[in-house]
Amino acid sequence: MTSNQGALSLFAAQCRRDLRLSLRRRGDIAQPILFAIMVITLFTLATSAEPKKLAELAPGIIWVAILLSSLLSLDAIYRSDFEDGSLEQMLMSPAPLALLIGARILVHWLSAVMPLVVLTPLFAQMLFLPSDLLAPLMISLLVGTPLISLVGAVIAALTVGIRHSGMLLALLALPLYVPILVFGAGAVVAASQGFAWLGAISLLGAGLVIAIVLAPVAAAAAIKISLT
Amino acid sequence: MNDFSANSLVLEVKQLSYFRNEEKIFGPINFSLSGGNALLVTGDNGSGKTTLLRVLSGLLKAQSGEITVSKPGQTYSDLSHACAYLAHKPGHKAELSCIENLEYLQAIFDNVKPELIEPALAKVGLSGYEDTPAKQLSAGQNKRLGLARVLLSHSPCWLLDEPYANLDLQGIELVNQLIREQTGRGGAVLLTTHGAYAAPAVPCQTLVLANSRAEQ
Repeated sequence: MTSNQGALSLFAAQCRRDLRLSLRRRGDIAQPILFAIMVITLFTLATSAEPKKLAELAPGIIWVAILLSSLLSLDAIYRSDFEDGSLEQMLMSPAPLALLIGARILVHWLSAVMPLVVLTPLFAQMLFLPSDLLAPLMISLLVGTPLISLVGAVIAALTVGIRHSGMLLALLALPLYVPILVFGAGAVVAASQGFAWLGAISLLGAGLVIAIVLAPVAAAAAIKISLT
Repeated sequence: MNDFSANSLVLEVKQLSYFRNEEKIFGPINFSLSGGNALLVTGDNGSGKTTLLRVLSGLLKAQSGEITVSKPGQTYSDLSHACAYLAHKPGHKAELSCIENLEYLQAIFDNVKPELIEPALAKVGLSGYEDTPAKQLSAGQNKRLGLARVLLSHSPCWLLDEPYANLDLQGIELVNQLIREQTGRGGAVLLTTHGAYAAPAVPCQTLVLANSRAEQ
């Protein structure tokens, strides 16, 4: 077996395990969705129900709702693997930890964040977002949310050995999430005002490419530090 | 089954001590263990048995002392890539079935041999539970699943942390039998017990860890 095939089959084995796990914990998939629906519903109730005002706020509300709900599920990336000793087995195995973590992050995005992106057209309808802004919103989310998961995974890795690390996690994640939110929601706002919006998306895309390469390696190093 | 006699390892530990926040957990200790032998580490609760195993497995780094693992042609500074570690934590997922757990662990340990999984489960007394999620197994059965993982690892060295915990009499005899077979094929076994269980009916060396906090 060449090393490339070996790496691929390892990645596939980790993805298969994590997908099975998320399918068997369906409640965990429903939680971020319900949270985002709650935020958006409550927002419309708490502010004026005037379609024009809501449409102006819509990109920001949707971005914030998705960002916060992915923050909620961040802690779950390594928590159960840490508690049942699976993380120790991963550390001791000859498999490169960064590869396993990369698969873990991919499945986390697929199970906890992607359903929100899929539901975004519904959220956009709830907030009267003009239909020509749906494309920029979807593209900004498709580029921005994987970046959120990758950055979040590095921070979660730093706090993996700490009990009740939720507050620390939120404090550390906040400053790193701000630029993603500014560029992501900003692109949609720019599009609504008729400006060019692809520039902000390209910057997010550049960040995503860097994070895909570096975040699994950084997360693996952070896990080694926090466990030893 | 593999035979390790041609690939036997020698573990040498010299003046090994471990401190957590300046507080001594164990040490300094010296021992050597070679393939074909078992070493029983005993000591009271808190004497550092688990910490010793974690240091040997490479999960923790000791502050002083030396660990040398030599296999023909290779030397390592810990056992991380030459041992199978059975810890207090199960090391497998509660939501997955026995077979799914073992398939995944074989994949990450680069040792994919699906045809060996069912015989290994039968050997540890879990036949009939192949498709049962681990969360529906009892504590003792979870330990047995851990033993199946160790057995499937074909590792030249086993680190077993309290392997007798939660097991019934047949389970204890099973552990002893697995250890005898491992040493019989030239593998090494390092196991801990706090001494409440009968010493294993296996010929082995003994290392007694004193509680370093009680000494002071």
